[in-house]
Amino acid sequence: MKLSEIRDILDARVIVGEDKLDLEITTAFGADLMSDVLAFARSGCLLITGLSNPQAVRTAYALDIAAILVCRGKSLTDKFIEIAKELGIPILWTQYIMFESCGKLFQEGVTGCIRKASEVEDKHIA
Amino acid sequence: MPDDDYLESLEGSYYVQGRDFVDAGIVSSEIKKSLKEKGMPEDIIRKVAVITFEAEINIISYAEQGTIQMFIRPDAITIEANDVGPGIADIELALQEGYSTADESIREMGFGAGMGLSNIKKFSDVFELTSEIGKGTRLKSVVKLNGQ
Repeated sequence: MKLSEIRDILDARVIVGEDKLDLEITTAFGADLMSDVLAFARSGCLLITGLSNPQAVRTAYALDIAAILVCRGKSLTDKFIEIAKELGIPILWTQYIMFESCGKLFQEGVTGCIRKASEVEDKHIA
Repeated sequence: MPDDDYLESLEGSYYVQGRDFVDAGIVSSEIKKSLKEKGMPEDIIRKVAVITFEAEINIISYAEQGTIQMFIRPDAITIEANDVGPGIADIELALQEGYSTADESIREMGFGAGMGLSNIKKFSDVFELTSEIGKGTRLKSVVKLNGQ
């Protein structure tokens, strides 16, 4: 679905990326731990997180994540918004908690970017 | 000892200040930008971005200061992260997923759950970690460009 639909489903505010609302999103990953995002998330997905600091944006940038949805109405700093603009990552902001955010999107057809942690190829781990 | 070819393949060297939580991740973003400009394959860029991000977070979290260097050769990208700091007492333990000595300021950044080193290892084709107590830690990670 389009980013604009995600905005509507979650009564979200568009903080960064008004010009990117036509972006197609089909998968998502939800976590507050950025190391888990780095380990499991896939490029092109929506990152749903309650972490609203610059590292969340830099994590998204590292993985070519399409957009970030900040849930639980977490407050946003100027630095967070500035880096998202600089790195070109759209930011949506919702009062819904993570479970509700994920559930509402899943109901409308957005799926996990992976389903189980065991799907991640870890051929390099002995 | 590294040969001259290797040393000449140094693409960039970045200083990382310990405990500088505000700018954590900036080096990894810079490295990613430079690899994009070179037209490297996207999956390779993502691997290097994750490796350098976690390495940068580690230096900021635990060391006084450090450097991250990137070497590009036709067959591989090598990342070297060297820091001046307390070092790692038990490397095997530090590599275990879930083991961490992180404090609250590191957890607030979304890290410190004992995943960093295993993430680096997971995305590396060659992974070497050595440390000297009271001196610092040296990490070398190679991402091969031919896919194997």
